[in-house]
Amino acid sequence: MSSVFVEAADWLADPVHWSGVDGIPHRLLEHVGYSALTVAIASVVALPLGLWIGHTGRFRGFAIALTGAVRALPTLGLLTLAVLWVGIGLTAPIVALVVLAIPPLLAGAYAGIEAVDRRTVDAARAQGMTEWQVLARVEVPLALPLILGGVRSAVLQVVATATIAAYIGLGGLGRYLIDGVAVRDYPQTLSGSLVVVLLALVLDGAFAVVQRLAVRAA
Amino acid sequence: MTWFLDNFSHIRDLALTHLWLSIVPVVLGFVIAVPVGWWAQRHSRWRALVLGSGGILYSLPSLPLLVILPGILGTSFLDPVNVVVVLTLYAVALLVRTAADAFAQLPPDVLDAATANGHSGLQRVVRVELPLAGPVLLAGVRVVSVSTVSLVTVGAIIGVTNLGSLFTDGFRRDFTTEIVIGVLAVVAIALLLDGLWVLLGRILLPWSTKTGRAA
Repeated sequence: MSSVFVEAADWLADPVHWSGVDGIPHRLLEHVGYSALTVAIASVVALPLGLWIGHTGRFRGFAIALTGAVRALPTLGLLTLAVLWVGIGLTAPIVALVVLAIPPLLAGAYAGIEAVDRRTVDAARAQGMTEWQVLARVEVPLALPLILGGVRSAVLQVVATATIAAYIGLGGLGRYLIDGVAVRDYPQTLSGSLVVVLLALVLDGAFAVVQRLAVRAA
Repeated sequence: MTWFLDNFSHIRDLALTHLWLSIVPVVLGFVIAVPVGWWAQRHSRWRALVLGSGGILYSLPSLPLLVILPGILGTSFLDPVNVVVVLTLYAVALLVRTAADAFAQLPPDVLDAATANGHSGLQRVVRVELPLAGPVLLAGVRVVSVSTVSLVTVGAIIGVTNLGSLFTDGFRRDFTTEIVIGVLAVVAIALLLDGLWVLLGRILLPWSTKTGRAA
C-alpha cells in the first residue's frame, strides 16, 4: 500500500507538475471552470422551473419522474453519445453534464418551496402580498437551505463527473486519471485522483458552512 | 437492431456481469447500513457524526476512488472487487441516513407496547421495528439500486468489463448504435432490479402494498 502512495507524493511534489498547460494549477482551474459553467447553465434552466413547480404545485409528478429517470441514465453513456453526435469540443461534455445537474437543482427548488408551511404562505397572501412577492420574500428565503442543498449535490456530482469527461477529450483534473490509465502511469493517476477527492471535500465543506449560515438566516 | 441480434450473447454476458456488480453492493450496503443506522438513531450523540461521515463519503467522486482503492486494498487495478467496494461504500453512505430516519419515525407507543408484551430487545427489533421501518428502507434501497446500476459503468473507463464497456468500445469505434444499446441495457437493468426489490417488498411487507415509491 505505502509504496504507491509514496510514489504519488513524489509525483505531486515534483515542480514539473505544477506549471504549464498540464500543470495542476491549470488543470484545477479548467476543472472548476467547466463545473461552474455547467452548474450556471443548469441553474438558469432548473431553478426558476423548480420554484414555479413548488409554488403552483403543477407538474409535480413530472418533476419527480424526471428526477428518478435521469438517475438511471449512465453518464458515461451520455458523454460518449453526445461527443459522437456533436463532435469533439466543449459542447458535448457540457450538455451531458447539464443533464446530470438539472435533477438535483430541480428537486431542491420544488421540495424547498413545497416544505414551506402553507399557513405562513396564506398569512403572507392575507397581508396583501402579490403572488410574486409571496414567492420572492417568503417562500424563497424560507426554502433557501433546501435550495442550497440541491445546488450542493449538483456541484458535487458535476465536479465528480467532469473527471469522467476527460475520457472524451475534456481537460481538467480527469486528464491525469485517463492519461495515467492509458500509459499505466499509476502515480500520475493516483495523484490526479487525490487532487479531485480533495477538491470535492473542500467544496462540500464550503457548502456545509454556507448552508448552516442560510439556516440561521431563515 | 441487427448489431444487437448479432452480438446478443456478448451483450447478455455483459448484462449478467453488470447485474451481479450491482446487486452485491446494494445487498452488502443494506446489510451494513441497517444496523449502523439503527445504532446511530439510538445514540443521539453519535448520530450527527455517523450521518455526517456518510455524507462526506458520498461526496467522493467514484472514478478517483476506483483508482485510489487498489493502493489501499492491495487489489489489482482491474479487479472488479474495487467496483464492488466503492459502490458498497456509496450504498452504505446513503442507506445509513435512510435507516436512521426510518427507525426515528416509529411511534414510541408501539415500541412500548411491544416491550410491554414481553418482547426482549432483540425480538422487538426483529419482529416490530424492522417490519415497521420496512417501507422506508425499501424506498431507500430502490434509490440506491438505480444509481448503483448507472455507476457500475464508470468502471469500464479503467477496464473493468460491464455494460459500460459498450460505451468505451462504441466511442473508440465511433459507433453510436453500440452506445445507445448500452444506455438502453443499463436502464433496463435498473428497471429490472427495481422491480425485483418491489417484488421482494410485496413478499416481505405484504401489508404495505401501496408504499415504497422511490423518494
